[in-house]
Amino acid sequence: MFSNLMAWIEQRLPLMDAMNKHAVQYPAPKNFNFWYVFGILASVVLVNQLLTGVWLTMNYEPSGDGAFASVEYIMRDVDYGWLLRYMHSTGASAFFVVVYMHMFRGMMYGSYQKPRELLWLFGMLIFLVLMAEAFMGYLLPWGNMSYWGAQVIISIFGAIPVIGDDLTLWIRGDYVISGATLNRFFALHVIALPLVLVVLVFLHILALHEVGSNNPDGTSIKKPKGSVPPEEQSKFTFHEQYTKKYDIVDAIPFHPYYTVKDLVAVVIFLIVFCWVMFFAPEGGGYFIEAPNFEPANGLKTPEHIAPVWYFGPFYTILRIIPDKLLGAVGMFGAIIALFMLPWFDRGTVKSLRYRCTAHTVNLIQFAICFIILGILGTKAATPLNNLIGTIASFGYFGFFVALWVYSKNEKTKPVPERVTG
Amino acid sequence: MSNAPVNNGRRRFLTAATSVVGGVGVVGVAVPFIGSWNPSARAKAAGAPVEVNVSKIEPGQLIRAEWRGKPVYVVRRTEEVLANLSAHDDELRDPNSEVPQQPVYATNAYRSIKPEYMVALGVCTHLGCAPTYHKGDFDQHVEGVKNGFFCPCHGSKFDMAGRVFQGVPAPTNLMVPDHSFPNDDTLLIGVAEGEA
Repeated sequence: MFSNLMAWIEQRLPLMDAMNKHAVQYPAPKNFNFWYVFGILASVVLVNQLLTGVWLTMNYEPSGDGAFASVEYIMRDVDYGWLLRYMHSTGASAFFVVVYMHMFRGMMYGSYQKPRELLWLFGMLIFLVLMAEAFMGYLLPWGNMSYWGAQVIISIFGAIPVIGDDLTLWIRGDYVISGATLNRFFALHVIALPLVLVVLVFLHILALHEVGSNNPDGTSIKKPKGSVPPEEQSKFTFHEQYTKKYDIVDAIPFHPYYTVKDLVAVVIFLIVFCWVMFFAPEGGGYFIEAPNFEPANGLKTPEHIAPVWYFGPFYTILRIIPDKLLGAVGMFGAIIALFMLPWFDRGTVKSLRYRCTAHTVNLIQFAICFIILGILGTKAATPLNNLIGTIASFGYFGFFVALWVYSKNEKTKPVPERVTG
Repeated sequence: MSNAPVNNGRRRFLTAATSVVGGVGVVGVAVPFIGSWNPSARAKAAGAPVEVNVSKIEPGQLIRAEWRGKPVYVVRRTEEVLANLSAHDDELRDPNSEVPQQPVYATNAYRSIKPEYMVALGVCTHLGCAPTYHKGDFDQHVEGVKNGFFCPCHGSKFDMAGRVFQGVPAPTNLMVPDHSFPNDDTLLIGVAEGEA
């Protein structure tokens, strides 16, 4: 009876086939390490954000007069309102933690290189939409840091010659940030951008499964059809979409092998997540900043305007450049450089395990500079901080320039034919 | 199905014509979506002029007025401040106010109609924060200049005529809004001189 029903559905919509293609019979390299859990963790956080977000809108009031009070109402009077809001606010920071780790994994193992350029671009688009989503979401509590943070970020568009001022007026819908701005940000934050985000995530996964997962060795697990004797091929059954063109080696099915492994990561992640959520939901002033506990006030700038920590690196680059337009160009350039990473890297060896020492050093200095820029973004702009920020910015952009130079004729180590376990 | 010969030229023309008409339709439909983001009639109406009584301001004191939701700084400058204004011209980006950040009638050494009263938007020209007024202790930011404005966000510095110092992120002097003095005691922000 049940199998008849399944067969009836399968003939009309190949659900089981899709399931096999993308999970049960998807060949994943057997040598994934710790760094490969962040994609799944990002999906977990995405679900958390969507779910808690929907529930928050049930009590939130998107208006200049009511927003701040409705957040207080959620926190104090709505049953479990505090929990839903902290899940959402902690989730925002957690999202960036796992996404930054996920991106760094891609950089270490060359997962952006041919043939995965489009996969990387979809990932970068997700990152971009995520930043817009976080920025607009931060205005919604209508606290004073929400207000002035938005003021600063929207003013960046005013740096564009000729149309700048009209553009900022159009974005705000008023001469200053007001209820009009709040309402449109709400609409974008809860409807438009999440839709875009979900579509992009879908495309990211489809593109991944088309080209196949990379691994810490950067060695392909797909060998030309007929080149591998049957006894050396992977013993598992994989979907014919993968096996009809290639001989698959050193692979295991995504489900149940990696779902179980990822489950461990999810549990550990949730323990840390819950600890922060229950014991430090404000993240020491980095997740929810102190001035945000007073309502938005257009006549009173907080002593020290700092973005939420995850915008820190880009914000520092913006402000160390003592010119409005060039500062904005530098900030967006830092993101565009990441987009262009597959073309800055002219090498063919993927993993840092088999690349030249200079590459490892370059990658480490990039990570250090990124962290320094992030820390500086939350601190005051003193001359010393600006000097350190300038040096770190050179390190950030220098990574791409140096990569472009040495990857052309790079002295690499021999890459193993098969993954090394 | 008719067996008439295929006229490729006509097909291409029809496809192109359909695409163009469709494209015009898309642009037309985009108009209300983009237009609805402009300030509404209510937001525009809220931008009406504001009156300030300046007779009660003490010498050296700053008061804030609100106009179009933005803070407007009105400072009654002392003789000493006015006398020292030109002393640091060589440290400024635009000492002669060549960038039109002020109405023509305020394009002078004091950037004001009456030298005594400075009127400027308290909105940093970098990214829109409100600079803080340092009365007597501005020399911690610029050596030898006692009074001025310091933006707490990114460290931009302005003098007592709202002129920006060099080496800071803000590109231009503080904006001087349209204003006028209908009588000696009243300042009207939002209405140009000779207009009302």
